[in-house]
Amino acid sequence: MVRKLLLANDHIPGIQGYEVYRKNGGYKSVEKAMKTMTPEAVVEEVKKSGLRGRGGAGFPTGMKWSFLAKPEGVPRYLVCNADESEPGTFKDRYLMSRIPHILIEGMITSSFALGANTSYIYVRGEYYYIIRILEKAIQEAYAAGWLGKNILGTGYNLDLYVQPGGGAYICGEETALLESLEGKRGNPRIKPPFPAVKGVWGCPTVVNNVETIAAVVPIVNDGGEEYAKIGIGRSTGTKLISASGHINKPGVYEIELGVPVEEFIYSEQYCGGILNNRKLKAVVAGGSSVPILPADLILKTAAGENRLMTYESLAEGGFASGTMLGSGGFIVMDESTSIVKNLWNFARFYHHESCGQCSPCREGTGWMEKILHKMVHGHGETKDIELLWDLQRKIEGNTICPLGDAAAWPVASAIRHFRQEFEECVMEEKIKNSIQF
Amino acid sequence: MLKVTIDGQTIEVPEGTTILQAARMLGPDVAPPTMCYYSKLETSGGYCRTCIVKVTKGSEKDPRPMPKPVASCRTIVMDGMEVQNQTSPELLEARKGVVEFLLANHPLDCPICDQAGECHLQDLSFEHGIESTRYEFERRTFKKIDLGPYIQLHMTRCILCYRCVKVADQLTPQRYHGVLNRGDVAEISTYIEKAIDNDFSGNVIDVCPVGALTDKTFRFKSRVWFTKPSDAHRNCDKCSGKVTLWYKGDDVLRVTGRKNEFGEVDEFICNTCRFEKKRTSDWQIEGPSKVDRKSVISANHYSGNTVIPDFAFRVAENNKKIDDSPKGSNLLAMKN
Ligand SMILES: Cc1cc2nc3c(=O)[nH]c(=O)nc-3n(C[C@H](O)[C@H](O)[C@H](O)COP(=O)(O)O)c2cc1C
Ligand code: SF4
Ligand code: FES
Repeated sequence: MVRKLLLANDHIPGIQGYEVYRKNGGYKSVEKAMKTMTPEAVVEEVKKSGLRGRGGAGFPTGMKWSFLAKPEGVPRYLVCNADESEPGTFKDRYLMSRIPHILIEGMITSSFALGANTSYIYVRGEYYYIIRILEKAIQEAYAAGWLGKNILGTGYNLDLYVQPGGGAYICGEETALLESLEGKRGNPRIKPPFPAVKGVWGCPTVVNNVETIAAVVPIVNDGGEEYAKIGIGRSTGTKLISASGHINKPGVYEIELGVPVEEFIYSEQYCGGILNNRKLKAVVAGGSSVPILPADLILKTAAGENRLMTYESLAEGGFASGTMLGSGGFIVMDESTSIVKNLWNFARFYHHESCGQCSPCREGTGWMEKILHKMVHGHGETKDIELLWDLQRKIEGNTICPLGDAAAWPVASAIRHFRQEFEECVMEEKIKNSIQF
Repeated sequence: MLKVTIDGQTIEVPEGTTILQAARMLGPDVAPPTMCYYSKLETSGGYCRTCIVKVTKGSEKDPRPMPKPVASCRTIVMDGMEVQNQTSPELLEARKGVVEFLLANHPLDCPICDQAGECHLQDLSFEHGIESTRYEFERRTFKKIDLGPYIQLHMTRCILCYRCVKVADQLTPQRYHGVLNRGDVAEISTYIEKAIDNDFSGNVIDVCPVGALTDKTFRFKSRVWFTKPSDAHRNCDKCSGKVTLWYKGDDVLRVTGRKNEFGEVDEFICNTCRFEKKRTSDWQIEGPSKVDRKSVISANHYSGNTVIPDFAFRVAENNKKIDDSPKGSNLLAMKN
């Protein structure tokens, strides 16, 4: 039996509402934390659980929480990152629309652990219907006494707000999110200082992904050690995977970290194999930003070991032959897919979403998109492949925030693993020309 | 005091000094070029990535090198830090990339741009860029906008350094001036073209590294290298009154702040001094401004064209290296 921690009650009718959620064990973590634990003890459980950030970078959550500065007399904030805009990622949307109270519960328990009396959920603008769902859930939680003043008679106060974003991918980057939350233009800040020292309103702040915060609920309920029993090595617990592309059963799956990639793609329990029995060509395993891998390298590492759905196994081989778990946006492409066209689509996205602060990303993303546009429309030249390679190299590692890297990696990996397709793409044009003359 | 070594030269600096400030203490030859940082404007820098350096040793305590190049203008020195700027070919290659990105959407029409001769992007591409452009698409263009009676904004030339935004933020009481849109269609604007109208707005012209913000009282009156700068001052109740007057013959064509060796003004000046005092009799003249030998401005102002700017020698030397042709050998002979 596969253990589910976040979506365990997903099948229960009415779980979206407070009554049903509460009847099925909801808000127990708040009771447990506030009545039987100190805030430090909650942080300790999260540390023990080995939980890693589910927003993309996989940074250990317990460690992030313990870095939070605690100067006397300065408020601290918890901000939930629900800006989910990475192409291929839609797990937070699923969770928030199906079981909104697990996020509210996680926010309360986590805010208590961090000593935050005001917390925010920053939701991407396009999720307007989810904003309504969350606001209703928050109202219900206030009415039931889980939010507000003197919660459970402990003297602890917490107010929770939902802040709609304007619909910009860059506002998912944590410091851009904080700027936007403050009502400013969503430009990433130059770090240091980090949010743990100077976050929203200049105060210490923790920013966590929706799924990360929801995972705090089972961690507090069952204990960090129980949570850590699931998974392999430093990849503990369960993870929501947004599966899309040429598969029979696209959707959001909660997996135990450690499932073999092959099983995830082909078993009936998950993706159910490739659509129309075609052959697997490539997979983008963790949202559009992570390197694309060809079928052989996604199923097995370069060393011939089975690739598993864990942070470590997917990264095996570095960027030469590996990729990243990222946000868990698992995009499957069958043999009919044009890698060049797909890359153009990604490049278009990054060009559109660059905030424009730093020159390599502002100019580089547009440039790469234009070259790919030219290639896809049959006007590419051999020199364009080298130019693309050179441009991505000059963007990567040379920008204020990781969006620059995120724009560069798909280009680098597509050329690295599918150079032949790029060459064919520019060759066709040559042949056409030679016929014309 | 903290010890930092940049390109092999060691200097001691107070805590909180950035790598760029330390490098500037060592002198203009060591200092990395900057396009967005401006020492007189708080929170400036970090955007353009021109000033990147390689940190080969993080500090005495943690000697690990930093994995990526860092913006020297926004990175604080640690004790025992070792930094490479000109001495790292890799870094120079990365900087070349930055220059290429800055030029990707910048028109390459210096001959018809009013900033030519005192344009930091022109200097930067001369020293760090590549000879030709690999960008073969249409460049973005905008209509010219008047920001009040004295200032013109031509976004087509803007490199989004944010300096003028910081001026509007930090020097002037109301901020109607900021950035609209994002990515490569982002633009500086005075929201719904509201004029920036206050006594210090003219300083946006001085901080602009390119020809995006220009002085309407001076535009196209003369190439800068045909004008002769002279330091002057007057009693002003709004600013220090210390300026540079730019003469052509006996006429003052424009007034600017006094710029130092890094191209930054020493003090911001008010609009009265800048735009309304254009007669020699308005001023106490101090004498000719010191002009960096590197600058093309030095090529023309003193009699007999005896001062030849450094870059001309470098071009000649380069030409000699490339094909050993006699191009420029006269010039080189003059140098020796
Ligand atoms: C361009 C960009 C977009 C991002 N978008 C998101 C997002 O939509 N949701 C998210 O949780 N994290 C996003 N992140 C990561 C956040 O910056 C941050 O690392 C994360 O919210 C931390 O939460 P975690 O530790 O729980 O993963 C993004 C990062 C970048 C650079
Ligand atoms: S990398 Fe791109 S998105 Fe990030 S700060 Fe720079 S321009 Fe903005
Ligand atoms: S001068 Fe440092 S990044 Fe622009």
